[in-house]
Amino acid sequence: MRALLVGLSLLVAALFLASLLTGPADFGPLEGLAALIFGGDGPVPIVMHEIRLPRAILGLAVGAGLGLTGAAMQGYLRNPLAEPGLIGVSGMAALGAVIAIQTGLSLQAILALPAAALAGAALGVGLLVALAGPRGGSVTLILAGVAISSLAGAGTALVLNLSPNPYAANEIMFWLMGSLADRSMLHVWLALPPMLVGAALIRTTATGLDALTLGEAAATAMGVSPSALRLRLVAGVALIVGPATAVAGAVGFVGLVVPHILRPWVGARPSALLPASALGGAALLLAADIAVRLVIPERDLKLGVLTAIVGAPLFLHLIWKTRSGGRV
Amino acid sequence: MLLDIRNLSVSRRKRPVLHAVSLQLRAGELVGLIGPNGAGKSTLMEAALGLIPFAGRSNLASMTPEGRARAAAYLPQSREIAWPVSVEDLIALGRIPWPGGGRGPADRAAIDAAIARMRLEPYRKRTALRLSGGEQTRALIARALAQEAPLLIADEPVAGLDPAQQLACLRLFRSLADEGRGVLASIHDLGLAARFCSRLVLLAGGEILADGPPDAVLRDDLMRRAFGIATRRVDTPDGPAILPV
Repeated sequence: MRALLVGLSLLVAALFLASLLTGPADFGPLEGLAALIFGGDGPVPIVMHEIRLPRAILGLAVGAGLGLTGAAMQGYLRNPLAEPGLIGVSGMAALGAVIAIQTGLSLQAILALPAAALAGAALGVGLLVALAGPRGGSVTLILAGVAISSLAGAGTALVLNLSPNPYAANEIMFWLMGSLADRSMLHVWLALPPMLVGAALIRTTATGLDALTLGEAAATAMGVSPSALRLRLVAGVALIVGPATAVAGAVGFVGLVVPHILRPWVGARPSALLPASALGGAALLLAADIAVRLVIPERDLKLGVLTAIVGAPLFLHLIWKTRSGGRV
Repeated sequence: MLLDIRNLSVSRRKRPVLHAVSLQLRAGELVGLIGPNGAGKSTLMEAALGLIPFAGRSNLASMTPEGRARAAAYLPQSREIAWPVSVEDLIALGRIPWPGGGRGPADRAAIDAAIARMRLEPYRKRTALRLSGGEQTRALIARALAQEAPLLIADEPVAGLDPAQQLACLRLFRSLADEGRGVLASIHDLGLAARFCSRLVLLAGGEILADGPPDAVLRDDLMRRAFGIATRRVDTPDGPAILPV
């Protein structure tokens, strides 16, 4: 368990470094690192500080956030098919961003698009809490999340459908595929604080998620309040997934696949899966973000496309393996 | 008094399930809760623990959630194990109500004692989900034991156990009571209930029909009123056998 966390941390650190050192600008790794740490004049410190550092930080934060929230959602719903997008917040964030692109708002200011996405995410959480309030159970939460996701998906499709401007439609399509290219430190400062608060909230659910292994009645009898747990979980997931979608677009499969891969390594305990899955998500997203820069650099392969291309076969393989075992 | 329920009533969807039930359980008692399906046995346990809304009083429900979790351990009827955790980790979940994260020396001792009492040592490292239904039940009983609460509330603990394990389970409950703890267990095997319980509570139609020593509760007229059947009692050197006829 501890060995796994140390190993994953080292992997994440190595990939973070590799992410800092990957890019089209032509300078050596040592030169880049020196410029990052000591600053200086010329283009190299600017490239390192303004382009590569925010990209690497966002890759780490978004990946860790998706892995963490995926593990938390699966633990809470006691279902290995749950993922962070299930509560509809990422869909609503995407809708907010899509509207910002369509209306041209995103061209007015660098943070207009992520701000619109955050507004969409907040609206989604509001709807969710109204629908699946303090008295609803986990099934109500899923159903409300599915309804909100469908609504957001329909809204996004409607914007695309009615878009008079093919360039905006094109831009929307590309944004929806998810990417970390050309993000600035402003994006980092916008997304990171709420994500850290969300992570702290999810950390407090660890014991409750463990107790839920025995079912809701037994967990309640052990002193875990299901409604308080649900509230902290929904708030934590929304505070992570909303900002993550706002700055990176829709990046799928990380929150679904990473907890699934790591579960056997932590003895399937939901609380132990949280940190492992956060590290695993960060490693997967950093690796994918390095890959999109290396595979076909001239064609701008989108991050979400790559995670789905890698994630789906991985998932199929896992299904194949569990199928022969007969059980989860 | 480990359990003190007074005038407890429960309605679900406006349908009355329990009506003015009062029940007390002292340390050292093993109380068997008997009654037909749908009599409200599980509902009584859930309401006593404060898991569902009710009218009336229950000493457990008026405690704080943490305090209640240290006062009473609960084995629900549905044997849920959501993840393929090891038997040891499953039993360790019983330590959640105690401070210290469940991995301290006191926790280790409680977990080891629970494993030893349920004779689960050979299964310690096995995946709980790959065990048979009866073995899972034993692991879940061990989980409740590891909670080390003075009162154990067990909903049909011997359902699905083989005869040897049924005996072992009730002997264990008996010894828990002899050590000064209290056990409330719902049970369908009237013979086992008569042999091991210090007191039986007969629940039917949402009310307590009888509460007393097994011989006073397992009377023909009460059995007919509660279950609609006659019973034949055969006294053997090993205790009474109750045959439904």
